[in-house]
Amino acid sequence: MNEISLMPEEQYRRLQQRNAAEVKGLWDLLDQVMDPEVPVLSIWDLGILRDVERDGDRIVVTITPTYSGCPAMNTITEDITEALNAAGYDQIEVKTSLSPAWSSEWMSPEGRSKLRNYGIAPPEDADLDEDGLTPDAHAQCPHCGSRNTRRVSEFGSTACKALFQCNDCNEPFDYFKKI
Amino acid sequence: MSDAIKAATLEYTTRLGDDSVVLGHRISEWVSYGPFLEEDIAYGNVALDYIGRARMFYTYAAELANDGRTEDDFAYMRSDREYRNLLLMEMPKGDFAYSQVRQLFADVYYTVMLPELLQSKDETLAAIAAKAIKETKYHLRRSREWVMRLGDGTEESHKRTQKAVDALWGYTHELFDMDETEQLLADAGIGVDVSKLHSAWHKQVSEILTDATLNVPDDGWAVRGGRTGYHTEHLGHMLTEMQIVHRSYPGCQW
Repeated sequence: MNEISLMPEEQYRRLQQRNAAEVKGLWDLLDQVMDPEVPVLSIWDLGILRDVERDGDRIVVTITPTYSGCPAMNTITEDITEALNAAGYDQIEVKTSLSPAWSSEWMSPEGRSKLRNYGIAPPEDADLDEDGLTPDAHAQCPHCGSRNTRRVSEFGSTACKALFQCNDCNEPFDYFKKI
Repeated sequence: MSDAIKAATLEYTTRLGDDSVVLGHRISEWVSYGPFLEEDIAYGNVALDYIGRARMFYTYAAELANDGRTEDDFAYMRSDREYRNLLLMEMPKGDFAYSQVRQLFADVYYTVMLPELLQSKDETLAAIAAKAIKETKYHLRRSREWVMRLGDGTEESHKRTQKAVDALWGYTHELFDMDETEQLLADAGIGVDVSKLHSAWHKQVSEILTDATLNVPDDGWAVRGGRTGYHTEHLGHMLTEMQIVHRSYPGCQW
């Protein structure tokens, strides 16, 4: 039996934007720019790459931060410039856009499975608590798949993650928070 | 945008940036001194959120000022008298209970204030609010849990937490003051009329303090002055430390 996976509206919109853009080649090129904190995710996978435009000889790339104080944004800006320079573009502007605010919904489906394979539980691997925040237990362990886990800290190695530990395999793991 | 509104928006944006950078810096002073590793990391993350907010406000302030200054000039090249942050944010970190009580007061303040700023007719301010609201939910849950745990904890932790509540209470009135600049912006639908938020703040804070077996102080005294640049002696010391590298090596990049 074939299974048809449902794609979130926002993800569909992003894909359409990417495929319809006259600079599709540039979007493809930027797939090589990885998030410095989670090096298996590209900036496309993470949803922080918002737009790529061409204005004459100039390339304007728009990105949005995951969290206000995300220290990776400077590195990402440099990496984008470097990737485009290497492909022969020398006039690059990287703009930061704050609105709409980044949402974990924007992460691509591939990004979610890459994250899991990397040992980080993606946002949908936990049900939110009644306040709509990270719950204190039961995020799925990316190592053994158990739901018998507990939250160790609200904030993990970076602002976008919480720290959990699995009660079955005992491994600690990061959970990418839903915001 | 009329000149008067533009000037007021610059002043307002700078004030919001000052609140964020000063509180963010105070929180960062806990890094490597947290009671345990996870808490150390958590509080460091909260500091980063505030410093990120400050960067967004200052970047916008620099854009409005349009006089060649950058976000760094706002943070590092102004003296204490030029800072316009609320006094609550600049108080030294004290003991852990003191910092958590201050954090609770600030987190509830942003919980009631940011949804109003989200309605701002100024798109940039509204966008910053949209970003910050999501983070504040996590901050409040954390500070609320700490205040509960400390207030309803041991005799010693209860005593220290109550002492912090009493010591900081007088600094919270200023959070809800309006002046001409803020009134002008509130009337224009750009700024928040914080005077209308005092009762909502008081209600939320009182509930949490009561749950934590702590007394809600009477309004016996109030200190004001941050918005006009009259600070406690503590801000100058904090800025000295925060600004020394930038002032010693102006324009240095690495």
